[in-house]
Formats: sequence, structure tokens, C-alpha cells
Amino acid sequence: MATTEAHVPEGRTKEPSLYGGGLWSWVTTVDHKRIGILYGATALFFFLVGGLEALLIRYQLASAGNSAISADFYNQLFTMHGTTMVFLAIMPLNVAFFNYIVPLQIGARDVAFPRLNAFSYWLFLFGGLYLNASFIFGGAPDAGWFGYANLTSTRFSPGIRIDFWVIGLQLLGVSSLAGGINFVITILNMRAPGMKLMRMPLFTWMTLVTSFILVIAFPIITVGLVLLMFDRLFGTAFFNPAGGGDVVLWQHFFWLFGHPEVYIMILPAMGIISEVIPTFSRKPLFGYPVVVYSGILIAFLGFGVWAHHMFSVGLGPIADSVFSATTMLIAIPTGVKIFNWIATMWGGSIRIKTSFLFAIGFVAMFIIGGLSGVMHSSAAADLQQTDTYFVVAHIHYVLFGGAMLGIFSGIYYWFPKVTGRMMSEGLGQLQFWFMMIAFNITFFPMHFLGLLGMPRRTFTYQSGLGFEDMNLMATVGAFLLGASVLLFLFNLLRSLRHGAPASADPWGGSTLEWAVPSPPLHCNFPTLPRVEHRDVLWTQPGVAKTLEGSCEGVHMPSPSLWPLILAFGITVLAVGALPPVPLPVVFVGVAIVVVSFYGWALQPVDH
Amino acid sequence: MSEAVGTMDAEYTSTGLPNRKMAMWAFIGSECMLFGSLIINYLINHRRNLQGPYPEELLNIPFITVTTFVLLMSSLMMVLAFTAVERGDMKWGKVWLLMTAVFGLIFLGGQVYEFNHFYHEGLGLSTNLFGASFFILTGFHGAHVAVGVIWLLSLFVLASMGKLTQENALTVEITGLYWHFVDVVWIVLFVLIYLMS
Amino acid sequence: MPPVPRLALSAIAGIRNRTHTTLSARLKSYRQATLTVLGLVLLLTACGQEYPQSTLAPLSDASQEIQDLFVSIFWWAVVVFVVVEGLLIVAVVRFRDRGDGKTPKPVHGHTLMEIGWTLAPAVILVMIAVPTIRSVWILDLPSPDPDALEIEVIGHQWWWEFRYPEQGIVTANELHVPVGRTVSVSLESADVIHSFWFPRAAGKRDVVPGHRNELWFKVDSAGTYPGACAEFCGESHALMLMRLVAEDTQDFEAWVQRMREPSVEPATQLAREGRDVFLGSACIACHTIEGTTAQAAVGPDLTHVGSRRTIAAGVLENTPEEMARWLRAPEAVKPGVLMPNQNLTEEQIEKLVAYLSSLQ
Repeated sequence: MATTEAHVPEGRTKEPSLYGGGLWSWVTTVDHKRIGILYGATALFFFLVGGLEALLIRYQLASAGNSAISADFYNQLFTMHGTTMVFLAIMPLNVAFFNYIVPLQIGARDVAFPRLNAFSYWLFLFGGLYLNASFIFGGAPDAGWFGYANLTSTRFSPGIRIDFWVIGLQLLGVSSLAGGINFVITILNMRAPGMKLMRMPLFTWMTLVTSFILVIAFPIITVGLVLLMFDRLFGTAFFNPAGGGDVVLWQHFFWLFGHPEVYIMILPAMGIISEVIPTFSRKPLFGYPVVVYSGILIAFLGFGVWAHHMFSVGLGPIADSVFSATTMLIAIPTGVKIFNWIATMWGGSIRIKTSFLFAIGFVAMFIIGGLSGVMHSSAAADLQQTDTYFVVAHIHYVLFGGAMLGIFSGIYYWFPKVTGRMMSEGLGQLQFWFMMIAFNITFFPMHFLGLLGMPRRTFTYQSGLGFEDMNLMATVGAFLLGASVLLFLFNLLRSLRHGAPASADPWGGSTLEWAVPSPPLHCNFPTLPRVEHRDVLWTQPGVAKTLEGSCEGVHMPSPSLWPLILAFGITVLAVGALPPVPLPVVFVGVAIVVVSFYGWALQPVDH
Repeated sequence: MSEAVGTMDAEYTSTGLPNRKMAMWAFIGSECMLFGSLIINYLINHRRNLQGPYPEELLNIPFITVTTFVLLMSSLMMVLAFTAVERGDMKWGKVWLLMTAVFGLIFLGGQVYEFNHFYHEGLGLSTNLFGASFFILTGFHGAHVAVGVIWLLSLFVLASMGKLTQENALTVEITGLYWHFVDVVWIVLFVLIYLMS
Repeated sequence: MPPVPRLALSAIAGIRNRTHTTLSARLKSYRQATLTVLGLVLLLTACGQEYPQSTLAPLSDASQEIQDLFVSIFWWAVVVFVVVEGLLIVAVVRFRDRGDGKTPKPVHGHTLMEIGWTLAPAVILVMIAVPTIRSVWILDLPSPDPDALEIEVIGHQWWWEFRYPEQGIVTANELHVPVGRTVSVSLESADVIHSFWFPRAAGKRDVVPGHRNELWFKVDSAGTYPGACAEFCGESHALMLMRLVAEDTQDFEAWVQRMREPSVEPATQLAREGRDVFLGSACIACHTIEGTTAQAAVGPDLTHVGSRRTIAAGVLENTPEEMARWLRAPEAVKPGVLMPNQNLTEEQIEKLVAYLSSLQ
């Protein structure tokens, strides 16, 4: 990733390439920009892994009674597809943006806890590898990404597949929790002088809200996983009816986390398009405070809807009614955001760039996903829809059509800032249309499949039920979708080498990241900006000039190896916790953890 | 150990609160959710027993009242430790840090004794759901106390080496936040597990 | 190409074509797309034959209740879809950069509009919530019909046990019900969570170990309808199927009578030898055949297995060839199945098939 040909503002001192320095500098980095890139690259890799799993699933489902893939392997595939896409692709892609963009947007030189930031990344990487290692050590987890008890008990899931899942998710949970805390403090405490909360860019706002959700929701699943782990490893009976336990308790724990989790996945994407749409419409975001409050309201209400995943469990009419009502309620702030985005464009002067296309693609597809969500919110109607391909359609419209398209929008938007190069507009627009068409061919038929009676999580289906044609269509669409992702990767990699040099502000953005060079100096801001209004670059022209200079004399946190070592130690502990692994491995892990705690704590930030 | 090096002028923060203190509050928030979930689990499960021993047979309120009092006293000592360090009195700072840790250890000793006693009365982790939820809830709490004790002893050692001084008052304050939180959780557990049994 | 995907593809193509034409042409093709989608829905709604497991072709009071509710929500969704997507398209098209360099007037908000587009969705949601809650209170409570036929369903990995306590019948995988009479089904699990789902008869209800759920429905026309387990329950979840056989009262009563009788005496020599094979092998460790010494209840009751339309829980047609296939290697039909492979000889299989097929 060369930076030397990037167009630079005048007066910029030559300094070493932002991304050079060799492998060791990347291994010990505590720089939020590098960590953002690490997150992004790793997450894209896992996105491809999850995509491959999806293609294998679709390949198997292309025809009725197909035996291309065994039932056992299929169950591993759909479990890992969900787990990978949620925890190893979408979430870390969001975090990649949090990392790179938020400090720049708030006028900070890094996050509050740079080493903790690096630790989050390494634990995410190791957790992802840990989870996927299961494929070669007896098989991947195969009880669904939601791991319902008591299928996940040792009686019905012997072996260590579920242990990989239970422990692997706890690793990822610690990583996410640390990240959540880090970004809450960063955003609340490290804003440039004058940047009041209601002057923050909307993406930063959504990062703050998402980080709060992370901090509150992850301990809940941690407890659920711990209880399941104790059931499996130590013979407790929390989710074992034979021992007095209740399998439904697991569902409550899981969805109390699981529903806020989906807002963790979508709010950042909503934040991204809340930047992209105003920029390319050349108008400020319509109803900024309302969009902010809607995000906050969604986060709150998101903790009150979890049992809409349990409408067929038999919770009773009171619970079903209440959760129908709260779920419908949450549609309101969501809809309000959509209207505000449209109103932003209205009366604007829209330039059609790839990033903007993905943003309106998000809105268009999310409307569909949101409407099928409203259909699910009716507990009675949901008795036909739940556990069918209708839900599969819904989740992919909101998670791919929503979150992923938002992420693609962000990648096209901020690629110039990160790399100092422009992505190809031609390839980008081609990719967009190709992806949109392929996406709809893949997932729109699933609405019908569900309503026509096809249950989900099935490795095959019978002929004579009318499912064949639509499944074949979905499979064709899925492979086309895969091709569109390859096209994206081609654009990305080619642009890294051959993209046209980017200026500091190729799009005419309004937020602070566009006031610094592309890519930024390693200290971000030689002098810190003074903020008077929202949309700083539009309301305070000339602010970019005040930020010129060099990083000489600015002390940045020093690199450190402790985050990686601690993450490694925790992973060793996790390996030791697997039943067949000898107990001493646990102690080795604990020892590494203890040593790295002290090493980290006693190492000065600036050494 | 300044946390704001390089990121801004050393002490400037948007809210006026130091980063590390705010981080401890955020961490405590997540811990509330952790213990809250464990507590809910206990409340749901502690009476879903297919066999004994049952809570009323085993829970020894007088004994635990004493250990609870010890833990409460340790919080007082934590406050004394912080105020000592804050005013630069490292001699008493060390004393109070050590005393906090010792009282924490006494509390842990009481927990170990109680766990042992329960075990010999036939209540193991997998005996019934009371055992499972009780041991996990109080076990998690005990683990938090243990981590706190190690932390306090580490501060004591650092202070004895002259590496912890009045400049590090914030560190001691943050330690205190953690310790008080652990104490408050215990009060909740004491009420829910013991007093309301 | 069959009608469904053709219509769907043309609907999608119609929507895609929009963005490259003028506004009026766009509106025209938009209308076209909407009509094809509507036509699609109507088509599907009518097609119980082509889609035997469809939720859109209700056959009972319970499934009709859901269908009515769903259709009303669907139309609200269509309205919202048309309005909002339409506004989006119009915004993107109408406010394109004219290249005149003019910066648009910054508009930061409009309180009245915010209130408006908060209240409007809220009102629509109330219109959805009220019938929803009404339906919830109907469907979640036991049937008010005191004359309901009670059936106990027990879900196993990966088959369905059906017990009729009043009639004293035990069978598996094929649920016979009388047309025009409410059936009240209780749901329990022998192992993990399953979900009982006959889409044309009722919404699904989970089968939860440690819990007892209830479901009711009154089928209004005779026929045989497929159903399935709808909660992931392990390796062969996809093959845990069942059949609903709705019969006129007379036929139902005849079926009940036949089911109450012990197993039919084998009429042929081959069938008799088959019975000997059966009673002399591990089959009796799991299966019951009334009137014989086989009285175990681990696997499905086989007393009248010959009369069922399918075997292996709805997966195989009940023909001699398929039955032989099943006996030869159950794990090849149903991965992970708990029925062990007995390594039967072809001769034994032939005899067993003759016997079991005779158990009408």
C-alpha cells in the first residue's frame, strides 16, 4: 500500500509510510489505523470462508434429495456459516470502521486504550482460528449458531464440537467486550475541544450506541455459555430436563443477547450510510437529532423484544402479545431513520458514486427486510413463518441487503482515506448492480419457499413439494453473488496497487477525517482541531488548514507485544479447556495470562 | 502511569473524568450484567431440585453474616488506603492496602470453609440445581474477590518497592471502585441467597 | 420454466429496468412489477396441489385464522413498500446533480414531518397489532370445543409418536384425524426440542422436553397432507416428516376400529417366516407389534405399519422395495438414525418385508 504518490496538502512533511515497517511493527502495533486494517482484512477473509460455506449449502440444496453433502457436514456448514458471518465477518468489519474512522472523526490521535484495542484484535483472530480449527479436530460445531439446549448437551452432542463453539464464542465475547468499553471511553472522553455530543458525526454516534449495547449484552451470553459449559464439562443440569433444568432458559439467555446482537450488526451500517447519503447529496443529514435519538431508542428497545424468536415455544398469550407489541414498537424508530435518509436526498444534488449506490441499496433492501420483520412481529402469523425459509429471507435482507451493503458503502467511501488511492468507479458500479441482482435472485425466492412450507436448517428437502425451482434459482443467485464478491475483491486489490491517487477529500465530505491527508499522518492531527458546529468541514471552511503540520514532537503510544501475548495465553487456556486436552495446558495458559497481565500493567504506555 | 500519553494533552478529557476511571465504570456496568444474569439464574433454579440437600438445610446465616461483615470492613480499609495514598502518606497507604487484602482473604477463607462444609453435607456442583447455581454464583464472586486480593497485594508490593506513590492515587481509586463493586455484589448475594432463603 | 420463477424473474427484471428509463416509463414498469408480484401471490395462494405443504392454502380454522391475519399484514406491507420505495426512487432520480455547481439549500429537519412519519407507521402498526393480539388469544389458548378429539404427540429423534388415549391407539408418523371435528394435540418430547408442523392445518408449535404444549385445529376437507419437524433437532432433522390423513367421520371410525385390533395374522408362509425373523432378532428390543411378544416402545409401533402411506417418518413410500431398502441399511436413508443396521440377509429382508407389509 504505497502512499508516496498520494496527493498531499501543502506543507506536509515527509514521513515514513504509514503501513510500512515490516511484520514486527504490525504484530506489536497499537495504532488504531493499523488495527482497523487488521480487523478489516481478517474479517474479509472470514467473510469469504462464510461465503464458501454458503455456496456449499446452496450447492446441496440445488435439487431435492441431493446427496452432494452429507447431513452431518451440512449441519456443520450451516452452523459455521451463521457463526462465522455474525461473529467473524460482520461484527469485525464494523469494528474495522470503528477503529479507523472514529478517532479521526472526533479529532483524536488514537483510542482511549490502544493496547486494549490491539488485544481485542488478536483475541478475535485467535478466537476465529480456534472456532475453525474444529473442522480438523473432530468436526465443526453442528447445532446451529444459536445452539439450542438440550441438543447441545453431551448426551445429544457427544464429542467436542459444541465445546469448540461454547469456548470459542467466549473468546470472541471477551474481545468484543474489551472493544466496547474502549470505544465508549474513546467517544465520551477524547473528543476534540468543542465537539459536543450533538456535533459528533453520525457514524461516531452509532459506534457509541453499538458499543454500549456490546457492553450490556455480551455478559448475558457469557453467562449462558458458562452455564452450558458447566452442563457439558461438570455435569450440572441447567438446561437438562432430566436434572430439573429447563431448555427454554437457554433460549432466553441466548436471545436476550441475540437480539441486541442484531442491532450491533446493523447500527454501524446505518451510521455509515448516514454519512454517505449527506455527502453525496451535498446536504446535511435531515433530522440529525431524530436519527441520533432513534438509534438510542432502538438500542434500548432492542433489549425488550427477545422472545419474538420464541413465538412457537409456547410462552403463552401474555408473553406473545407483549413481545409482538414491543417488536412492532421498534419498527417505528427504524422507519423514522429511513424517512430521514430519504429526506436528506430530497432537494439535494446527488452524485451517483459507488458508495452512494450501496447506501441506497441498503435503504431499498432494508425496507424489504424490515417489512418481512414486521410480518414476523405478529406472534400468531409467525407461527407459520418461524423456522422456515421466510425467516432466512428476512435475515439475509437485513444482514446482507442491510449490514453488508452498508459495509460495502463504507469501504468504497473510506478506501481513499485509508489507502490514499481511489477504487475504480466503473468496476464498483458494475459490482453494485451485479451484486444487487444476484442478491435478489438468491434471497427473494426464499420468501416464497418459506410461505410454501420449506422449513429451515434442513440438509435436504423432498420432491413433490414444489421447492425445487426456487431452490435452484437461489443457488444460481448465490453463485452469482459469490462472483460479485470476487469482482469486489478484484477491484479492491487492483486499486491498492493501481488506483488513482486520492486527495484528502475526494467526495466533499463534512467530517474531520476528510480534513487530514490520505492516508492520515501516523499521529492523525499534529494540532487538535477546534470544533464549533456539526458537519465541521462544511460549516468551518479552512479548518483543514489549521490541521497541517508534522507529527514531530507528538508522543504516540509505543508498540507493545503484551496484547498479543495475553490473547495467546487466553487461547491456550481455551485449548486446555477442551475435554481431551491434558489439564496442564490450562495451567500453562493461566501462567501466560498472569505474566502478560503484569507485563502489560507494568509497561508504561510510552516507552 | 499516564493513560493519556500522546493522545491529548496529558489530563484533558471531554468529560473531565480520567479515561481509566471511566473504563472501570464501564467495566462495572458489564459486570452488573454478568452478575445480574447469574443471579437471575440462581433465583430461577435454586428451588428446582429433584433431590437434596436443600438450601434451608445448609445455609448458615450467622457464619456468613460474620464473613459479610469482614468484607464490608475491607471496603472501609480500601477507602482508608485511597485517602492515605491521595495525601501522600504511603506508610499508612501500604498498611491499609495490606489490611484490605487480608480481610478479603479472610472472607475467601470463609467461602472455602462453607463450600467444603456443603460438599461434605452432600452438596456438589452437579448434585442438584441449588448446588449448581449456588456454587457458580458465589464461585464467580469469590473469583472476583481473589483477583482483587491479588491486585491489592501487587499494589502493596509495588508500594513497598517505592513504585507506587501519591502520583498513582488514581490507580488506587480505581482499585477501590472495583473492590467496592465486588463488596456491593456480595451484599446483594447475601440478601438474595441467605436472608431470603 | 415453471410459472413461479418466471413470474418472479420478470418481477425482478421489471424492478431492475426502472432505473434506466424516464420517470413515467419507470412508473409504468413499476406498476407492471407490482401486478406480477400480486399475481404471483394469488397464484400461490390458490395452489394447494402444486405446493402441498403451503401455508397459504389453509384447510382448517386455525390455519385460516393465521392466513387472514397474514394477508391483512401483507397488504399493509405492500402499501408501505410502494410508498417508501417509491419515495426513495423519486428522490434519487429527481435530485440528481444537474452539474450547475449549485449547492443545495441545507435543510436540517422539520418537526412536523418527523411527527408525521412517526405517527403514520405507529397507526399502521396498531392496525396490525390489534388483530394480532386477538389471534394470539385465540390460538394460544386451548380449544373452547369440549368435544375435541385428544391426541398425544411425542417427538423423538427422528420420528413422531401419536397416541389416541380415548381410543386406545398408538401409532407413528401418520396422523389420522376426522374432518369437521376439532383435534386437540398435546406435544411432548422424548429427547430434544422438535416442532410439530402441518402448515395447512395449523401454525407450528414446539415440542419441548420438560414442557407440555398444546395445539388445536379442525380440518375442513379430506385428504393427505405432508408435515415436518420445524426445529433443528440433530442430524436427520430434515427427514423427520409426517403425514396428516384427514378423513370423513365414517372412514376415521373405520380406521380407529382397525387400529384397535391386534396385528393381523400373517396369511402367507413368507409372512409367517418374516414374523419369526422379527421375533427372533433385535427388532423386539425397540418395536411393539400388538398380539406378539414384541412389546418395546423405543421405536415406532409397527402393529399396523403396512397400512401407512410412508415409512421412516414420511421419507419413504411404503412399498416393498422401499421397505427393503430401509431394512437393508437404515443409516443410508436417515443419517444418524438410532435404528441399528442388523446386517440382515436378503432372504431375511424379503421375509420381513412380506410380514410387515401384511400388517394392515
